[in-house]
Amino acid sequence: MTLPPAIAAFFDNSRHADRVVPPSGHTAWLTTFTAGAMTFLCVFALALSLASGRLASRWSDALARTATIRLSAPPEQLDLQTKAVLALLSTTPGVESSRALSDEENRKLLEPWFGPDLPIADLPLPRLIEIVEGDPGYDGEGLRQRLAAEAPGAMLDDHTRWRRPLAEAAGRLRLLGLLSIMLIGTTMAAMITLAANASLAANAQVIKVLRLVGARDSYIARAFVRRFTLRALGGAAAGALAGIFGVLLLPSADAAGGFLTGLGFQGAGWLWPFVLPPLAGAVAFAATRRAALRKLQELT
Amino acid sequence: MIAFENAAYNYGGGELLSEVTLRLAPGSFHFLTGPSGAGKTTFLKMAYAELMPTSGHVTIFDREVKSLTRDDIAHTRRRIGVVHQDVQFLDHLPLAANVQLPLTVSGRKGSAQDLTDLLGWVGLGHLADARPPSLSGGERQRAALARAIIMGPDVILADEPTGNVDWEMSLRLLALLVELNRMGKTIVVATHDLNLIRQAKAQIAARVLRISKRRIQLAGADL
Repeated sequence: MTLPPAIAAFFDNSRHADRVVPPSGHTAWLTTFTAGAMTFLCVFALALSLASGRLASRWSDALARTATIRLSAPPEQLDLQTKAVLALLSTTPGVESSRALSDEENRKLLEPWFGPDLPIADLPLPRLIEIVEGDPGYDGEGLRQRLAAEAPGAMLDDHTRWRRPLAEAAGRLRLLGLLSIMLIGTTMAAMITLAANASLAANAQVIKVLRLVGARDSYIARAFVRRFTLRALGGAAAGALAGIFGVLLLPSADAAGGFLTGLGFQGAGWLWPFVLPPLAGAVAFAATRRAALRKLQELT
Repeated sequence: MIAFENAAYNYGGGELLSEVTLRLAPGSFHFLTGPSGAGKTTFLKMAYAELMPTSGHVTIFDREVKSLTRDDIAHTRRRIGVVHQDVQFLDHLPLAANVQLPLTVSGRKGSAQDLTDLLGWVGLGHLADARPPSLSGGERQRAALARAIIMGPDVILADEPTGNVDWEMSLRLLALLVELNRMGKTIVVATHDLNLIRQAKAQIAARVLRISKRRIQLAGADL
């Protein structure tokens, strides 16, 4: 594989080239700090985005292929109508399986609200029947009509009204996370461009000397590009490590089970924060090279 | 080598140089004289493509300067050594690295012995590790001369090289320039120091160009 000339030159003789740029100056810490802070923020945006993605998938998977029938009937008819509904479901195309939830399962569902000692047998609770949808799925409207005829107290809930807003919210949150990453990257590029321009302006005398002795613009640009890229890379590495440490300090999802506590990385997702420093370096490389070549055109 | 043909330069506030026609032959030694502000520096800047003529033609190494790209200009300057009165260095680098700078930017690696010899030739061997701000005026001029010739240029342009140094140092710099000319280098020295010119003419066949009323004329042997 052949690298583009500008990148190949970066790794070639520019180790000597960047010596011609004075090593100090306010742009040095500004670039390092900017890259560090932006990468730190980027780690959290990435964590938010990945967690939202996981949440959206989980909600979709959990709700997409299931439905519930709520059966309300006088106690003496409840078992009879349950059988009728199950029989109807067993002959309904697109229904993979169906079953009535036991009293124990009903108790567990109500436990968060009423506690563990609920006398469930004494309460006029509806019977819940769980449906697992096949592929292709069933005709919801047709099933509702048949249920109305066979078991008037049965109500089909296909979770659509739950699923759609939740999945949409999670999807938008994910998009927000990705947008934040893009904004952070763009802001970093803008700030590094400003720093590079300031550095080039501050080193106008250096550039004049270099041109006098026969330096090409690409050589001068490379000196600045390498200096800024390495600074950004260093700052971004520190920012990424700080961000990862911050994410590690967040409570785990299992402890509380809420969305905010689920922020973080899982499995291969832990690799993503380590991609950020090279990415920041690439952004700095492109931003500084563009700024340098443009500025050198202006400086005659 | 470097030729001006009806070249002029206009700063915007009027013409500074007009109808300049001359040819700097290989191996020649020219002094350029004239009052301050007459256009000596402008002439030299046109000779190394720092400034473009506003009319007429300047040819450097057989190439019209207006047709040169920025990269071409960079390559051209590797064949022209320039010494300014207010010479500038990269202050964060030691003297040796500054003198080697033309080699560094052109991707060439000179030998350490050659560098030592060169610094010794200009009398700065003991200051190789010194930072430029710590050098005296004369040392800076000699360092600039070393930097100007390290690439083995065909032409050396010196703009008031003795302007900031005493007479003894002026003679020392002149001796170095004369020696370079004897090696075959084309030399142009802008100066208003007539004693220096007389001193040089006693040693070599230097010609004198005088800027007067925006024009450059070849002066006679009356100096």
